[in-house]
Amino acid sequence: MKYILKIRRRERGSETDYFQSFFYEPQSESDTAATALESLGKCDTLTDINGEPARKIEWERSCLQQKCGACAMVINGRPQLACAAVLAEFKSSEVLIEPLRKFPTVCDLIVDRTTLFENLKIMKLWLNDDADRREKLQELAYRSSECIQCGCCLEVCPNFYVGGRFFGMSTVPITTRLLSEMPKQKRKEIMKLYDRHTFAGCGKSLACSNTCPKKIDTEELLVNVNRLRRKEE
Amino acid sequence: MKTVNIVGAGLAGLSAALELSKRGIACNLISSQPSERAQSVLAEGGINAALNTMGEDDTVAEHFYDTMKGGCFLEAESSVKNLTDGAPVVVEELLRLGTPFCCEEGRIMLRNFGGQKKKRTAYAKSSTGKMIMTAMIDAVRKYEAAGLVTRYPRHVLVNICAEDGKLKYIDVKDMFGGSVIRFFGETILCTGGLNGLFDGLTTGSILNTANAAALALGAGAELANLEFVQYHPTTVRITGKRMLISEAARGEGGRLFIMKSGKPWYFMEEKYPELGNLMPRDVVSREMFFVKRDADCEGEVMLDMRELDDAVWENKLSDLRNEIISYMHIDPKAEPVPVSPGIHYFMGGIRVDDAHRTNLDGLFAAGEAACKYHGANRLGGNSMLGAVFGGMTAAKTASGSECCTRAEIVDEKYGGDEATFAVSKRIGEALTEGMGIVRTAETLSSAQKMLEELLDGDLSRIDSLRVTLGLAMVRSAELRKESRGAHYRSDFPKTDDSQRLHSVAKIKNGQLTIALEKPKAGGA
Ligand SMILES: Cc1cc2nc3c(=O)[nH]c(=O)nc-3n(C[C@H](O)[C@H](O)[C@H](O)COP(=O)(O)OP(=O)(O)OC[C@H]3O[C@@H](n4cnc5c(N)ncnc54)[C@H](O)[C@@H]3O)c2cc1C
Ligand code: SF4
Ligand code: FES
Repeated sequence: MKYILKIRRRERGSETDYFQSFFYEPQSESDTAATALESLGKCDTLTDINGEPARKIEWERSCLQQKCGACAMVINGRPQLACAAVLAEFKSSEVLIEPLRKFPTVCDLIVDRTTLFENLKIMKLWLNDDADRREKLQELAYRSSECIQCGCCLEVCPNFYVGGRFFGMSTVPITTRLLSEMPKQKRKEIMKLYDRHTFAGCGKSLACSNTCPKKIDTEELLVNVNRLRRKEE
Repeated sequence: MKTVNIVGAGLAGLSAALELSKRGIACNLISSQPSERAQSVLAEGGINAALNTMGEDDTVAEHFYDTMKGGCFLEAESSVKNLTDGAPVVVEELLRLGTPFCCEEGRIMLRNFGGQKKKRTAYAKSSTGKMIMTAMIDAVRKYEAAGLVTRYPRHVLVNICAEDGKLKYIDVKDMFGGSVIRFFGETILCTGGLNGLFDGLTTGSILNTANAAALALGAGAELANLEFVQYHPTTVRITGKRMLISEAARGEGGRLFIMKSGKPWYFMEEKYPELGNLMPRDVVSREMFFVKRDADCEGEVMLDMRELDDAVWENKLSDLRNEIISYMHIDPKAEPVPVSPGIHYFMGGIRVDDAHRTNLDGLFAAGEAACKYHGANRLGGNSMLGAVFGGMTAAKTASGSECCTRAEIVDEKYGGDEATFAVSKRIGEALTEGMGIVRTAETLSSAQKMLEELLDGDLSRIDSLRVTLGLAMVRSAELRKESRGAHYRSDFPKTDDSQRLHSVAKIKNGQLTIALEKPKAGGA
């Protein structure tokens, strides 16, 4: 079966989007959207569905194994990792591929996610002292270190927008890890910023949990943060 | 203010940035993507240090010996000694940063890894690289906020300019805005392995294009031991790349077999009773290559993990199991997994001394980009160690001098700084022909011919440098007329002590030269 990839595109420096469709002949059943984009990128001369020559499709990727977050995009309306989006699992042979919409588009499927990293800095997310590691919390530290800063959670969050005071779910895993590795009296400063930038703005829609490609359970982390706020552990 | 430039923000780059920050020295941390996307996050199995927490009387001396032996005694002893002596300090530092290594009752747990008889590999389930990276990224963030580390993410190295044996500047292109920034001053290259020469055929990241090494070669830097390409025994082809099944699978009890005359043959255990499935990677990959050719054997080599108990799957290999199920639709708890060797690591790279200086004044290299520590074959768990330790060492050296840095936006157009796919594909084909697990004069010469023909064509600057780098690799393999570690030549199957030397590739007066020289040691 041939797939049709309908891609939302934009020229560098432009403000307007357009759609362009491409045929893709799958090579195996486990082909993903990333495989398809990768193969289109390897055509000597790319042509669209009408046989017209087309500019190379720009997108970000690194690991192709769901471990780096580079390839997050919106596929058939859902934010996800392109390298995890198995084409055979979609209902239709036409697949709609768009960039994440909450972040400024740079070109085609590439968006500027600088804000993700800047927000972590504003929240002062680092350890000022040597980690005070607790074996009991080792599993929590591990799970919260799994966040790949892809931004999918922000895409579905009804309260997040770039430049706003609410920073969204992507800051919570790191907050949790750091809290689990510092004694209670040191947790105050991070908690203050957490309250301001995360807790206060969160409407608990928990749309993020269902979206996170690393299956990070937002609710569980929020509960843990609140517990660590109160208890030494 | 003195500022050091670091290109690459994986483990080596982050480690260099941290070391400089601790010394109060500023740095520009330049990388094609944010650290979260660097190959280092893929590392699974663990990091080596003779911490001796498992009651096996392990010592730093044994770590030293195993590393030398695994590398077939090719690396200078002083380099390896620095690394293995420094290893416990590195892992303890990573613990202080909060890496959630697996600990039980106050002691850090260690696992078995290839080429080492004792448990020496610290781990966090099967996502050790990701865990260390998260801790280091958080640590560097503190210095970003303090203004000591200035990040240039999504900036790509497009030119290295040197004159009279001295680095003059590097040019870096902003992938979003398109402008080119020229950075003067000392520069540490931490740009990872040469994956891009084998497009789509390695276990690593697409970001490691090999362009930085090609530019360094073009600027007059020496590259060493390019012929030593590590094939990891247990990889699986997935579309677009090869997926690694970590050595931890065998460290925890996984066994390799192939069907021979209708029965499973656990060939590694039979041939190497002492280390069995955990022989160094070059040996296992080669044995797999030979048993596949054995007329009495049939089918693929299989990795059998059925005997591992539930606790191991749950506590140590849960991520690995999920990955195999997700990409291969096989549950390794219930069924053996077909595996084959795939390109995984480059022992060769930019040649540095023990202080991580290249032959060009002011240019340093660390991590997989550099040729250091691993000799003819890298032991699992030594690479992350080499990256963190090397980054630290390079930073210490760079911090010693009085060089001044500045950066300016220049009006340079780097058309064609991106490699052309068609050329990359040809490079990959030529290298696949020449640089397989088993090499001969014929395959090497045919690879060389393919690359030379490619060079005769009309190529962009970066394409031409990339082909030259590929050619340097093939010619290094041709020059080494012996078999050692990852370099196996069926026409010279023995190790020849007189060639216990590094192959050094260099462009001199426009000509590529390859020579065997003593390892570059000292300087630290
Ligand atoms: C699947 C897998 C599993 C592994 N498991 C282990 C393990 O268990 N133990 C172990 O010790 N080792 C392991 N390794 C090897 C180890 O992960 C790497 O060798 C090590 O992480 C390399 O770190 P690095 O800092 O040198 O490079 P990388 O982490 O590869 O970083 C390279 C950096 O350079 C940047 N870059 C590259 N080119 C340019 C350019 N032209 N311009 C600007 N920036 C550029 C990239 O963006 C990136 O930031 C594994 C490797 C793989 C692929
Ligand atoms: S929490 Fe999940 S969705 Fe959000 S950035 Fe991290 S990995 Fe991505
Ligand atoms: S490319 Fe790394 S998550 Fe998809």
